[in-house]
Amino acid sequence: MIDLSLLTDGGVGWLDASGPSSHLVLSTRIRLARNLAGRVFQGRSSETEREDILSVVERVARESVLLRRATKFRLDRLERTERQLLHERHLVSKELAGLDADGRVRSGASLLVQDRIGVMLNEEDHLRIQGLHSGFALDATYAEVDRLDSELGQRLAFAFHPEFGYLTSCPTNVGTGLRASVLIHLPGLVLTKEISKVLQGLAQVGLTFRGLYGEGSEVVGNFFQLSNQTTLGSSEHELLDHLGKMVRQVMDYEEQARQVLLRDAPAIIEDKVWRAYGLLRYARALSFEEAMNLLSGVRLGVGVNLISDVAMYTLNKLLVYTQPAHLAVAEGVAPTDADLPIRRARFVRKVLESEVGRRG
Amino acid sequence: MSCDQCRDREAVIHLTQIVNEQVTTLHLCERCAAEKGVESPSAGTKTPLVGFLAEMGKDLPDTTTTPRSTETCLRCGGSLQDFRESGRLGCPECYRSFEVPLRDLLRRLHGSTHHVGERYADREGAPADAGGQTAELREQLRLAVETENFELAAELRDRLRVVE
Repeated sequence: MIDLSLLTDGGVGWLDASGPSSHLVLSTRIRLARNLAGRVFQGRSSETEREDILSVVERVARESVLLRRATKFRLDRLERTERQLLHERHLVSKELAGLDADGRVRSGASLLVQDRIGVMLNEEDHLRIQGLHSGFALDATYAEVDRLDSELGQRLAFAFHPEFGYLTSCPTNVGTGLRASVLIHLPGLVLTKEISKVLQGLAQVGLTFRGLYGEGSEVVGNFFQLSNQTTLGSSEHELLDHLGKMVRQVMDYEEQARQVLLRDAPAIIEDKVWRAYGLLRYARALSFEEAMNLLSGVRLGVGVNLISDVAMYTLNKLLVYTQPAHLAVAEGVAPTDADLPIRRARFVRKVLESEVGRRG
Repeated sequence: MSCDQCRDREAVIHLTQIVNEQVTTLHLCERCAAEKGVESPSAGTKTPLVGFLAEMGKDLPDTTTTPRSTETCLRCGGSLQDFRESGRLGCPECYRSFEVPLRDLLRRLHGSTHHVGERYADREGAPADAGGQTAELREQLRLAVETENFELAAELRDRLRVVE
């Protein structure tokens, strides 16, 4: 089994709820798609070429400041549960982890990660430079990612076109190659049924939303990933400014929706959040989906100061550690184990009990 | 999780729909999803591309009259057909080989064809050829006006102003 304790904060520093607006925003992620000049893209590359890309980039990364101490994971040499673990920690995409429908890992698929930044190698593009921060932190995340991009770009020849910008395997990423995503919790807008209007509005201004795990993932627990749709025709800062403005607006709408709920239906909301808390505290079996939805309810309760004896950090941790691979590894069983819901409920009870005990 | 439709096979597609302001999630197996006309998540992410790709190059003049739009990429051997099927290009050179149809696609995907973000000076330190770029833009502008593609012409004119 891979040892994630080697990573700073186990690679889940983004969960610590220390970042700006952490009561609404879990994390900010930015990635830059880059390819090496003069080489075929991943779809046409051979195993030898992918190995070569891996060794070239790793050598340069070891000479860099930001990835000098990076931990390397070769996804193609890991068991499925281990790959799923990295995916559940938001360190690798579903594609790189080989968790798509065909369930195959591409040879050479790897991750270099140090603190909050890293590079996925042999993903859809040769390099996916990525940064992940706690809370709503577009500027801080971009500053790090940009610095790593410059460091690597000084030693590697990236494929760049004077008109089209950075060239990517899929034309939807060409130009800046930048995709910024803000993972935001919007239970107020879902409960007031305003969410569809908001999401439609976002689509009209060139933003897109996805579920907890990015591309192709469903919305669970009222978590939405908001990100820029286009990558060409605007500068990196324009893309980030635009996304930032829109996210701030969505945060305002969410706060307003919560105020409306507390004003017009205080008893219903209070019942809802305490019911969620009660179930998490005492249920004997919890499916992943149910756990996500209950955590959403408690998170809302903490956000509007109805519940005070649970920390956001604890809720964030539960969000990740109750996922199938995390739970299975902690319990020493397979992620397909039939007793997983029972184990999940026990795990959640234990965490919440110790939290209440700790807080007196 | 079993499929909401047949209640038999494993659900692999999770479709979140917003109907009458209600957010509902359907869990479907591949077969039931296909019957409902829902694409798998990975195919779904390519959806904006699919329509464009199918149309790509159709409204172009005969490719033999546009020398830069060769049938296969000389560098990697990939064809436009390959791109239409996979949604992925073969290599960086494909952007030159299929420049004309790609330019059209990029405009539709991003509303622009011109990168205005950070510029990457390659390791030889050779800056982008500003003179060559101007000439190419002028030629494109002439073509755009000739074909009455005024939207493109306006964009090209703006870009010429920036370059000049």
